[in-house]
Amino acid sequence: MGLEVVNLTAKVGDKIVLRNVSLKVDYGAVHVIMGPNGSGKSSLAYVIMGRPIYEVLEGDILLDGESIKDLPTEERALKGIFLAQQDPPQVPGVRLSSLIITFTNKKLGAKDLTRPKDPSVIKRMYEVATKLGLPREILQREVNVGFSGGEKKRSEILQAMLFDAKIVIFDEPDSGLDIDGLRIVADYIKSLRDAGKGVMLITHYARLLNYVKPDKVTVLLDGKVAATGGPELAQLVEEKGYAYLRAKIAKGGGSTGV
Amino acid sequence: MGDIVELKRELLKDVDLAEQLLGRERPVKTEVEIRGKITRSMVEEISRIKKEPDWMRRLRLRSLELFYKLPWPKWLTGIEVLDLDEMVYYAKPEAERASSWDELPKEIREYYEKLGLPELEARFLAGLVGVFDSETVYARIKKYLEEKGVIVLPMEEAVQKYPDLVKQYFMRVFPPSDHKFAALHGALWSGGTFIYVPPGVKIREPIESFFLIGRSGEGQFEHSLIVAGEGAYVEWIEGCSAPRLSRFSFHDGMVEAYAHRNATIKIITVQNWSKDVINLNNKRAIAEEGARVDWVEGSIGSKITYVYPSTILKGDNSATRSAVVTIAKGPYLKDSGSKVVHVGKNTRSQIINKTISADGGINVYRGIVRVVRGARNATANVECESLILDDKSKAHTYPHNQVDEPTASVNHEATTGRLTEQQLFYLTSRGLTEDEAKSLIVLGFLEDVLRELPFEYATVLTKVVQLEFSEYGAFG
Ligand SMILES: Nc1ncnc2c1ncn2[C@@H]1O[C@H](COP(=O)(O)OP(=O)(O)OP(=O)(O)O)[C@@H](O)[C@H]1O
Ligand SMILES: [Mg+2]
Repeated sequence: MGLEVVNLTAKVGDKIVLRNVSLKVDYGAVHVIMGPNGSGKSSLAYVIMGRPIYEVLEGDILLDGESIKDLPTEERALKGIFLAQQDPPQVPGVRLSSLIITFTNKKLGAKDLTRPKDPSVIKRMYEVATKLGLPREILQREVNVGFSGGEKKRSEILQAMLFDAKIVIFDEPDSGLDIDGLRIVADYIKSLRDAGKGVMLITHYARLLNYVKPDKVTVLLDGKVAATGGPELAQLVEEKGYAYLRAKIAKGGGSTGV
Repeated sequence: MGDIVELKRELLKDVDLAEQLLGRERPVKTEVEIRGKITRSMVEEISRIKKEPDWMRRLRLRSLELFYKLPWPKWLTGIEVLDLDEMVYYAKPEAERASSWDELPKEIREYYEKLGLPELEARFLAGLVGVFDSETVYARIKKYLEEKGVIVLPMEEAVQKYPDLVKQYFMRVFPPSDHKFAALHGALWSGGTFIYVPPGVKIREPIESFFLIGRSGEGQFEHSLIVAGEGAYVEWIEGCSAPRLSRFSFHDGMVEAYAHRNATIKIITVQNWSKDVINLNNKRAIAEEGARVDWVEGSIGSKITYVYPSTILKGDNSATRSAVVTIAKGPYLKDSGSKVVHVGKNTRSQIINKTISADGGINVYRGIVRVVRGARNATANVECESLILDDKSKAHTYPHNQVDEPTASVNHEATTGRLTEQQLFYLTSRGLTEDEAKSLIVLGFLEDVLRELPFEYATVLTKVVQLEFSEYGAFG
């Protein structure tokens, strides 16, 4: 059960971005993905979500044991996977509230996506926004247009909360976030874990991990799984950096366990 | 498997909104039908059938001469698909003019029912005029309008009953000499609505005219004229549609509006011709001192549309606002652009143009702002926004400003937005299909214009957009 990536090799354009990657995101657990810039972390999230510009060359992606590899992105989302993006795009013309109404309607199987099928969603989105430290007006603004870095991150969290998925992928939710924001994200991740959801958390910093103790840590280097372990692996990366890890692997040869 | 999906996509592209509403062309009996080469005797026969006064017959013949003489307009490209020697230029359906829906022949009534017009009329309108092919088949206005001296009549009836009133304006706002097809319109015009609102009378409920083309190879030349007396207020809604036809039909209609001192005229058009109609609109208004003319145009259907709502701000302190929305989805062309001529002092104009191009559709904007010398302190604001949903589709903007008055201020802003792969992925990752994502973006893009429309029409337009972008082509 949960999300499982099996021997996944994928490319975008001419570039192979994932090479034979395997990992699992269990329910009630937080799986942290680390790795240097360009190592393929976001790519992994996109491939799981089925972004069309990425091509899976080999391997499979399973949700609760069933392959979702050939499903279009929206169906993966509706099956219960949510991706909070590292750098979500601006969507001019579309208000954040309209987007939320549309996707909650879609999840409820409404025919008319424009008017809220469950009117309580309006109240909820304002409550959640306030809880996340977002100004209420942001819901009436165009998605990500002119949002500050931290507002973008918070807006992704807001949507995650209202989307209510069983697997939530956070792609660097902490970068550019202030200390209060960091706490909020950490609390949310913990509450997801407590509620039995699976969390894949991409991050560069152990700082967030001081608040959320990960159940598993995987390090990607050049699109490959370079190491897997527990919280101590994140600590090691934080202290010694990736060069150390790279050298160690070159010497020891193995790619799992440190 | 992939091939079938692709094939289905191709077929779906050809889905026609008007067709979905009205189905395919069905035979409707005609009483009179005039077709073939455009000749003097054809024009005279139409005039005879309409029992017109001599001035109108002469206006037609003068227009015909101009049609022969004037060059083919350079901006009218694509119209060549029509064989002008083969079309039906006048078709009078076998139907007495009705003032209740059940008096209409079933074939015709069905069309209006599918469009939901009887219900809309009862709920929302002060009056409704229905034109089918070349003639008015339905007309009814609420009693209170008559009591206030408001005239709402089929155009030809107005020519007979109020010749002196009509003559003052008819093709004086938009003269036949303007271009070849304005001239053709002058020669062949038939059907349309005349509205006269006496000074000081304000009608808050809109009056609607609905134009249907019911046959292939038809030319429709409907002519509407709206006159608002001093301080009057009127809102006119114009709708048009057609079933799916087997050959191209041609719409060469004209709207003239005249707003006297301090009057307000608001004109809203929802154009949803089927995709085998070549649609040319000649629209022009004159605003006297302190008057206001507003245009809202939603151009959805047709194979090709040429539409340029125009206002001449003749009097001091007159104003206009023109909001045009065009959708070209599929192998279609929308050529649009508002035009304003500032003549009076302190005149104000606002032009908003929004175009949506998808599935290979092309939009062209060709607006004009002219400020003549002496139009002191005139201000004009032009905003053109193009939304392009894929790489195959295009939008071109050719604004033209001619400012001969140093105290005038003319601003122009143009933006082009392209739907990006990132945006599409973002929205699909929230559970929306590509089509739902596109329709969300399009509705968001149109939001401010939709908000100006009466609720009933905003709802229609919203549905139409969702339908245009819905995979299965069925109402949600
Ligand atoms: N469309 C593309 N075409 C070609 N190469 C691409 C494309 N998108 C991403 N890449 C490359 O793929 C590699 C992996 O990128 P990815 O975004 O997955 O890295 P990341 O681990 O998330 O990095 P960061 O920590 O900086 O976010 C990078 O070298 C990037 O330049
Ligand atoms: Mg990244």
